[in-house]
Amino acid sequence: MNTDAPSNPGKKAILQIDNLCVEYRSRESKGGVKRAVNGLTLVVREGEVFGFLGPNGAGKTTTMNVLLGFTNASSGDAFLFGANVREPIARQRIGYLPELTYYYKFLTAEELLRFYAKIFRIPKSETESRIDAVLKLVELDHARKRLIKTYSKGMQQRAGLAQALINNPDLLILDEPTSGLDPIGRMKVREIIQRLKNEGKTVFFSSHELGEVETICDRVAILNQGELKVEGRVTELVSQYQCNLEQLFLKVIGYQPAS
Amino acid sequence: MNNAFAIAGVCIKELYRRKDFYVLFVLSFLITVMAGSGSFFHDVNASRYLKELCLLLIWLSALVIAVTTAARQIPAEREQRTIFPLLAKPVSRWQLITGKFLGCWFATGIALVLFYVLLALISGIREHEWPLMNYFQAMWMQWVMLAIVIAMTILGSIVFAAPSSNSTIIIVVVVGILFLGGYLHQLALGMPQPSQTIATVIYFIMPHLELFDVRSLIVHERGLVPWWAVGEECLYALTYSLFFLYAAWALFRRKALNT
Repeated sequence: MNTDAPSNPGKKAILQIDNLCVEYRSRESKGGVKRAVNGLTLVVREGEVFGFLGPNGAGKTTTMNVLLGFTNASSGDAFLFGANVREPIARQRIGYLPELTYYYKFLTAEELLRFYAKIFRIPKSETESRIDAVLKLVELDHARKRLIKTYSKGMQQRAGLAQALINNPDLLILDEPTSGLDPIGRMKVREIIQRLKNEGKTVFFSSHELGEVETICDRVAILNQGELKVEGRVTELVSQYQCNLEQLFLKVIGYQPAS
Repeated sequence: MNNAFAIAGVCIKELYRRKDFYVLFVLSFLITVMAGSGSFFHDVNASRYLKELCLLLIWLSALVIAVTTAARQIPAEREQRTIFPLLAKPVSRWQLITGKFLGCWFATGIALVLFYVLLALISGIREHEWPLMNYFQAMWMQWVMLAIVIAMTILGSIVFAAPSSNSTIIIVVVVGILFLGGYLHQLALGMPQPSQTIATVIYFIMPHLELFDVRSLIVHERGLVPWWAVGEECLYALTYSLFFLYAAWALFRRKALNT
């Protein structure tokens, strides 16, 4: 089910996954090997907001782990800006926000951002202005000198967004960015994604909030048991299947409501 | 090296902001002050014993600081999951390992400088002698020796998940080398086969940490070790440190990190 195979072919491919397979040893499967991702092929183009969907255990996080170099693919390849994800340089122009916030709690937001700015080799003359800009964007300017361990969950998530934006990335990889946040926190994160979209940034994110995905995303892919089931423009999928994204999602994953 | 130094900076910041590091440091500081300032009826031998005791204390404290801090670095990054946002940036695993190594080594160096300055001050005030070059050489050689120990501990932290077991094993190994390292080949002669061969092989491949111990030269006022010999020992330490760091990287580079 692919409604938009040559998605926006005029634009440059930012993220490319070719026939990706990830296997790991498992006691549950008879052969001792389980396929977390099976032959996934995907292209995300410049300026798109791409929703990466699937039930728990579908292989979304594993795919993101391969893209970020945390896990190695068993076969197939993945590229960011044309560079193989195994090379650290592939991560020079990306920003990543993990599902839950994990930062050095003994640092202040300002120190954390200064550290990451050094990693990205942002010139010292630009560092302070970048820190000011991202802290203002995520509304943490007032708490910049406080240790991260004193932040609320929502503030930590926004600090996470700030660190993902410090290098002014061309691609943002967000793993369930609104997970565990209260409605106001969710709205703020959504507003930031919307603003980045308006600035022409490419955003690749996984979420279980299908209403949110339907509002923000240009295209989506639905994964189930490691395989790509549906990929296409949200508007086209909705009109093709005559249902909303949530109903389509349930249909694709084969959910049978209890009678 | 830019990234490694940035990681080392954060590592040092963590060490001085952590209270357990302070507890150990203050405790060692107090014991050194007390032991160094004690006077046993102006007896020269008693004064030597005190100096020997202080140097032993400095050796033990520095060893514990080096091992416990290095053992925690990578397991803590994994356990607290701060490794994910870090490795999602253009940071290679080699840079992470060398950054952690440099951070622990520099922090241990700072602790050593404070210990030796204190010892030199107390001894100088009491004995009216200021053999500053001897103290500097002893400190330098101990610091170089600790580079091997820290690199070995970082390798251990990749193999053993629990920092406590890693610290215990490394401290036992280091103390074992310091006590038996110089005599192992002689001990081997009295052993039956194949223990004799094994002990002889261990003697030739293990790092001889006892070569860096010049405490007795200070205690018995025997002058300096020739600087060319110090230079050779620096090269010896560099070789072993690089070997252990390379082994740590070889084990760590393909390790899957699952978010």
